[in-house]
Amino acid sequence: MKLSRRRFLTMSGAIGSGVALSSLGLDLTALKAHAAGISKMDQVRMARQTTTICCYCSVGCGLICSADKLTGKIFNIEGDPDHPINEGSLCSKGAGIFGLTEVNEHRLRKVLYRAPKSDKWEEKDWDWSLKRIARLVKDTRDADFMTHNDKGELVNRVETIGHYGSSNIGNEECWTLSVACRAMGLVYIDHQARV
Amino acid sequence: MTNHYIDLKNSDCILIMGSNAAENHPIAFKWILRAKERGAKIIHVDPRFSRTSARCDYHVPLRSGTDIAFLGGMIKHIIDNNLIQEEYVQYYTNASQIVSPGFSFEDGLFSGYNSEKHSYNKETWTTVKDEKGIPLRDYTLQDPRCVYQMLKKHYERYTLDKVSSITGVPKETLLRVYNDYGATGAKDKAGTECYALGWTHHTVGSQNIRTMSIIQLLLGNMGVCGGGINALRGEPNVQGSTDHAILYNILPGYLKMPSGPVDTLAKYIEKYTSKSTDPQSANWYQNYPKYAVSFLKAMWGDKATPENEFGYSWLPKIDDGKAYSIMHTTDVMYAGKMKGFFAYGSNIAVSSPNTTKVRKGLQKLKWMVNVNIFDNETSSFWKGPGVDPKSVDTEVFLLPAAASMEKEGSQSNSGRWVQWRYKAANPPGDALSDGDITMRILDAVRELYQKEGGAYPEQVLNLKWDYKDAFGRFNVHKVAKLINGHYIKDVTIEDAAAGTKEVNKKGETVPSFAKLMADGSTNCGNWLMSGSFDQKGENKMQKRGKEDPTGLGLYPDWCFAWPLNRRIIYNRASCDLEGKPYNPKMKLLEWTGDKWVGDVPDGPWPPMANKEKGKYPFIMKADGVGALFGPGMVEGPFPEHYEPLEGPLAKNPMSGQLINPAVKLFKSDLDKVANADQKFPYVCTTYSATEHWCSGFTRWQPWLLEAMPEAYVEISEKLAAQLGLKNGERVKVSSVRGEVTGVAMVTKRMTPFEVEGKIVHQVGMPCNYGWFNPVENKDDSVNLLTSAVGCPNTFCPEYKAFMVNVSKA
Amino acid sequence: MKQELIKLIDLSLCTACRGCQVACKQWNELPAKRTKNFGSYQNPPDLQWNTWTLIRFQEYVDQRGTLKWLFRKDGCMHCTDASCIKVCPTKALYHTEFGSVSLDVDKCIGCKECIPACPFGVPKYNKETNKILKCDLCYTRLQANQPPACVLSCPTGALQIGDKDAMLKKAYKRVKELGGDANVYGDKFVGGTHVVYVLPENPQVYDNLPENPQVPLSIIIWKDILKPAGLLVAGTVVAGAFLHYITHGPKTPDDETSDDETTCEGGKEL
Repeated sequence: MKLSRRRFLTMSGAIGSGVALSSLGLDLTALKAHAAGISKMDQVRMARQTTTICCYCSVGCGLICSADKLTGKIFNIEGDPDHPINEGSLCSKGAGIFGLTEVNEHRLRKVLYRAPKSDKWEEKDWDWSLKRIARLVKDTRDADFMTHNDKGELVNRVETIGHYGSSNIGNEECWTLSVACRAMGLVYIDHQARV
Repeated sequence: MTNHYIDLKNSDCILIMGSNAAENHPIAFKWILRAKERGAKIIHVDPRFSRTSARCDYHVPLRSGTDIAFLGGMIKHIIDNNLIQEEYVQYYTNASQIVSPGFSFEDGLFSGYNSEKHSYNKETWTTVKDEKGIPLRDYTLQDPRCVYQMLKKHYERYTLDKVSSITGVPKETLLRVYNDYGATGAKDKAGTECYALGWTHHTVGSQNIRTMSIIQLLLGNMGVCGGGINALRGEPNVQGSTDHAILYNILPGYLKMPSGPVDTLAKYIEKYTSKSTDPQSANWYQNYPKYAVSFLKAMWGDKATPENEFGYSWLPKIDDGKAYSIMHTTDVMYAGKMKGFFAYGSNIAVSSPNTTKVRKGLQKLKWMVNVNIFDNETSSFWKGPGVDPKSVDTEVFLLPAAASMEKEGSQSNSGRWVQWRYKAANPPGDALSDGDITMRILDAVRELYQKEGGAYPEQVLNLKWDYKDAFGRFNVHKVAKLINGHYIKDVTIEDAAAGTKEVNKKGETVPSFAKLMADGSTNCGNWLMSGSFDQKGENKMQKRGKEDPTGLGLYPDWCFAWPLNRRIIYNRASCDLEGKPYNPKMKLLEWTGDKWVGDVPDGPWPPMANKEKGKYPFIMKADGVGALFGPGMVEGPFPEHYEPLEGPLAKNPMSGQLINPAVKLFKSDLDKVANADQKFPYVCTTYSATEHWCSGFTRWQPWLLEAMPEAYVEISEKLAAQLGLKNGERVKVSSVRGEVTGVAMVTKRMTPFEVEGKIVHQVGMPCNYGWFNPVENKDDSVNLLTSAVGCPNTFCPEYKAFMVNVSKA
Repeated sequence: MKQELIKLIDLSLCTACRGCQVACKQWNELPAKRTKNFGSYQNPPDLQWNTWTLIRFQEYVDQRGTLKWLFRKDGCMHCTDASCIKVCPTKALYHTEFGSVSLDVDKCIGCKECIPACPFGVPKYNKETNKILKCDLCYTRLQANQPPACVLSCPTGALQIGDKDAMLKKAYKRVKELGGDANVYGDKFVGGTHVVYVLPENPQVYDNLPENPQVPLSIIIWKDILKPAGLLVAGTVVAGAFLHYITHGPKTPDDETSDDETTCEGGKEL
């Protein structure tokens, strides 16, 4: 078969869509360039395929992510036909989940920091940021820690730090956060169960 | 969900009320349509005609905030026409129990109301017990003080005329729904209810669900295939984040959060361990001490010993009766009393009610840490509309997180299926998983406490915190196993009667919560998840078997479902007193004389007819039966119709009590209310559509933004004509709290209601837009309009009913 | 022909979740464009070079006064008598072994003849690349024995693909079950299409759906009568221009219409 989808995509990507895409924040150009010359179907066949679960509503649909074995980058995500709930199908959000991967130009890639009174973000490294966050947590906790409430009951808590979220992270992460909040003495703890 | 998504196909009648399933859970709707193809009736009751309505047998428009009136009328209809599943009501519910003599209800208020505190003293909300402490019962259901007769009396007032006048639903339509749904009271028929935020987002949110639970019990629809009460939850792991208690009022596994007066572990255990003297009650929560102690062992590790109450005192304690929800958090923030704030994967500057107050509150913070995959209105609040960054002193951190396909771990769907997901790629740049981020933040805090000491360092430093792998990364497998639980010493269990001896080795994973111990010899992060590993350490969440031996879609070998891989909760109630299935065509479970066959049963005991060893089916309740009379709720044991905080009526047609008497209002200058106010004459409701997600996460995704580019306001043709509005033109919507813009979507799908003889118009808006993105979009969060008031049981805000005005922009 | 396939679109099952619309973009790597809400759930307003399939939303009150919200997945019908193939001067458009109509973009010269030729308004022009683009029924997926992206994504079974005869049989069975005005659309014109609808309402009820789609007479004259007579002596571009002249007169198709035109579909002023 002479027609190659990939060449076709390469053309539309190189000349037209690349521009339009980046203006809307989804950069597919690298993807297209990399795979030039072979059909996407072939690329899927050669990919490292990994199953995951959709990150939107709570139905829990199965997905198959195809990642290029050389670059490790995901280039296609579609419904998992073996999954008993969705049987391969996906709604518009699930079908577009590829748009959440790093092709999305809005994805955060660096730690950002905004200083008091500043009107802009600055890029920081993890080390500096974690040290600063820990200092703020400790100073706040140390200053405001309550051993007893106004009724004289032992409460061992801090009321001046709040925590919110998240219901879109994994169970193990949730559990870890849940105990971490308590270990810092927090009581203002909530997540999206209510909204 | 008491049931699960695939099970929707087994239903004979699906009432979708408080949900827009086709739009917000499109794959759930696949199973709803499978039921329809089998001949099931699908009914949508909702203020708006949506994509769900388009595929249902029929749609019933209902004024926002009147669900209890609608369902109360159904209870009356079911009782008056004797549509109940009689044996089920007699034996599997508390219908037969006798309500205490002091209990009363008058003009919208139950006995024990304190009008200053807006709360009830519940001491009369009980049933009468005999000298052994076992509830008195009249199985004929004739005693005038029995729950069934009291229920009948309570809903006598919910006549068709009254309900029609409150809800705006014509009487013949009410009857159509009541008859269609009531028909599922037949023993071999199952009806189910799908709800979502359309029910929870009301000041009577929990009671909306309670009312339906009563109907389901009356019709014998709980615990059966194609039945149940099914919350279609909105976020991918909101089930898991709730199970694991990123919440102020519970600890993982729905254990209670300790409060000030409960200052010792002994008191805690005493207070929350369920007691029953009824030999036929399994009273599952008598195991509370095992779960609590195993949790403390998981949390504090070796530091937790019997001598130090397993670290109970290190836990922070809340004040008794006080709430700390996000509405309370932002209230404190606005009052300037909150200094630091962590926001993980969220956007409260769009999603929280009365957003003006939220955004002003954020400006008073000293510091804020955001963890997200995108920047948003919350992390960038300091450059939001009308904010001068120079006047904002907050230090803000925005930490880049991994997306779901870039990390490994488990995720729980609404049907309690806990599915493992695998990592498909590395996150971009410096991004890390939320688990890694939490690990690193607390590592840094602990390091400072180790070095410097400080306030109560035991709390910070005694935490078991060894969840890293050899490369210093968050070890998701280690945490998953701890959540399941281990034997932390060799434990031998001898059963003299059975002549068995079971040896469990230190380090092995506990195969079931039934094996957890209260003496500190097991740890378990969350008892509900115990059994997600087998004793050899096989991770059942990773199971992907496709067999469906019952043909009912249970898929027992596909992942793990809590509890104990049970796919339908309360499943013993699907069988009669002898253990024979009520519906032989949907054989979920059957007692074969010595064991249950089918789904994992809700306990191994024989059915109720066995007076020696048999148990009641609702094992999580101390009395073993489903609660028609539900004293657990803060506003009364029988749901009652109250108007929303903001509505079109100045008087509740049902009683002298206009709004939910247990509702407490915030008192800041920004917490304004305008009920029955001519300036805000239209009812407004908010929602998401398929292409939206939560606070507008989907706005960062071009394909979805292309499909739903701007905020819109759905308006009926009649109201548009009255206001001179044309389809597609820009309009302004305002409430007493704020103002937003959007595109007018003039539609036949919105219709006015006739309420108390007057025409009431309703409009609707999506809740997913905000100033930050897309940049050219001027439409801000609809929550600038909503009020920070919520259901007093759960503090879910009343997003679904409030009053607005609409005009040309 | 290897195996003639039909994609069956049963509109009685469509929930307009738009999984298909986005799955198509995902698989085919089609970008999004800035849109405006024009008083409808529908967007983009029409098929575009970057939108090969689209759910059209339409409010409709039937004769009994019942409100219906009609959803129609629009896209290439993959005709047997495909006008687009007939007019394509470079054979960029061609029939595959499945009966579907594919496009070799390298061969497309951007003459736009297929645009007015298509009775369904499917081929769309991308000005920047000077190419026509349209649905090819996920040809490479079909070759790999995989369903097209839209069919895989469909939750409710509104989209199915299979052997032509089996699908037609299914369609007629479904129409019988549905009763009323339900009808099969697609098998009785342009030689039969390889996308067939089960329409719950009469075809004329649906916006932008031709009641009796035909290969334009001028094309039949040109392709089936004049061209075989040996008129085609000039190069293909010239031929294309000539074809255009006889089918439309001396006017070029508006480049913009295929791209940014906002139709009132689904969002009519009320």
